[in-house]
Amino acid sequence: MPDPLQTLEPVTTASGPALKNEMMLPAVLDPWAGHALFEAAHLAQKTPGSKVWLVSLAPKAKLQQVMMTVAQKVPFELVALDGPASGFTDSFETAAALAGAVEAIAGLDRSRLLLFGGWESASRGAGSTLQMVGERLGIAEQFQGVDQIAVREDGSMEILERIEGGKHQVSVCAAPPAVLGWATGNLPEPRNNPQVGMLNMRAVMPALQRAKPAPIANAGVAFVSVSLPKQQRETRVVKDMPAEEIAREIVAWIGEE
Amino acid sequence: MESILLLAHTEPDGSLAKPALEALTAALALGGDLTIGLSGASVEPAANQVAGAGAKRILAVVGGAFGEPRYSTDAASAEALARASGAAIVLAPATSRWSRALPGVAYRLGGRVDTHVTGLAERDGVPAVTRWFYRQRMEAVLTRTPRPWVVLLDNGCVPAWDGAAGRAVVEPVAIEAPATRTTVQGTRSPLVGEQTIRPDAKLLFVAGAGWTKKQADGAVHSADAEKLILGFLRATQASLGGSKSLVDLSGEGEAVLRFMTHMNQIGQTGATPRHAKGLSTCCHGEEPHAVGWRFIGARRAVNLDPNCGWARGKADVLYVADAFEVMARVNRLLEA
Repeated sequence: MPDPLQTLEPVTTASGPALKNEMMLPAVLDPWAGHALFEAAHLAQKTPGSKVWLVSLAPKAKLQQVMMTVAQKVPFELVALDGPASGFTDSFETAAALAGAVEAIAGLDRSRLLLFGGWESASRGAGSTLQMVGERLGIAEQFQGVDQIAVREDGSMEILERIEGGKHQVSVCAAPPAVLGWATGNLPEPRNNPQVGMLNMRAVMPALQRAKPAPIANAGVAFVSVSLPKQQRETRVVKDMPAEEIAREIVAWIGEE
Repeated sequence: MESILLLAHTEPDGSLAKPALEALTAALALGGDLTIGLSGASVEPAANQVAGAGAKRILAVVGGAFGEPRYSTDAASAEALARASGAAIVLAPATSRWSRALPGVAYRLGGRVDTHVTGLAERDGVPAVTRWFYRQRMEAVLTRTPRPWVVLLDNGCVPAWDGAAGRAVVEPVAIEAPATRTTVQGTRSPLVGEQTIRPDAKLLFVAGAGWTKKQADGAVHSADAEKLILGFLRATQASLGGSKSLVDLSGEGEAVLRFMTHMNQIGQTGATPRHAKGLSTCCHGEEPHAVGWRFIGARRAVNLDPNCGWARGKADVLYVADAFEVMARVNRLLEA
């Protein structure tokens, strides 16, 4: 996705809304997708016989750019789809493309599949794509806002999902397959490992060359408007005021209705 | 206007929580024939709660399995209610349960879904939703032609319906609970004893990474920071938010505030809470200001950098001061 730390400005194109200079913006792996990838790699490392595939839909050139950094983090095999990574693409069609790519992975035992992904994204923030991928793959054990998975001795999984009020819901899923949409989890971002990078990149470049076109038509969606918020506040910058006086102002302000 | 199904799951006591009543307000404002679909272990209190809302029908899926928050059972009850109602628009509050289950239900129904909707209104004779893209950086209004259209309304965007209760006639929708491999065990708070996330609080207090950095005397004072922040939260019952840099510290072996977890994070990969007021301390980054504070009403900030992002039209007041000194005095005044 376009790096959200850049200045993002909407424009209208023939195919719907987009970002100004979208193809010029640096691309990053969506933060939630990144957490999901790191958690998947962490789990795979502890579970012999496991393997991580990274299925990603984005313009091929941007995907290559992103892989230069992501590939150094953890071992995975890339399955690339060449299509839009815009926030304005519809999750229904995106899910169809991703599910199709998962179905086509050779050697993937879908009865043992743990489908990890970002709970939401920093582009569309839909929080709906993974559920539809799961439905298309026939997986009805689904969890969203996941912060933790612990595999127990009997192979069942204890899963913590974020719910209202800053709490976690605790569920036990007896066995795969399951869909887990990750919140931030608890793992720090892995350090770059050039050896892992070299190993990954051997397969990444052929995967990019094989990337199938995955156009997203946004059928049935019409954007009436897309605009930046105009809200700009008149900030009163207070310097050289004694701490006691600031405290009094803050306490009075808190008490105002 | 098209027919509308309002989906609501009941609470353990059988009643409806505030988000469901907010969604009811939005459904009534949209017009059209309204059906209310209830799901839960018991629904009678909920049905009576909304008996006076003017719904044409009240449908219900009832059973112990449907009282537990779980994808497979929630999706099954929502799907059955949607099919029984035949509604074109399926509106639901964006609770964690419905947010988990309804996108999959939209797929089963051959419909489409929009989440994090902040507004729903008729435009040129068709319903249109308002939602934000790129983490609250731009706002869009959109319409769709496929039906049913499942719409998840974010909490706090409209007032809760507060009409009179009555005695409702409920039409049961009988379904078998689907087989599932998931057992719900309960809930767990990240830290025992100190509730720091209060979605209904009037005030959001946000702590930045500055609280854990070396202070003027060259030392780190994270224990003092913890005492000051918790003292303030206890006195004001404010909700606590944290910047990404602060919550990430716990994973990097640096000095941390022990009660601060990723659950508290606001901004890019965190929450975008709704509170009437927000007070930011030691928080300098652009992200929390642009994203995490989008739906905060009155905003004030305390930090040492007069040129930080807050000064650029994000806060109403920026106090250029040492947050340790200011918050110690604030707490003393609050205690007095």
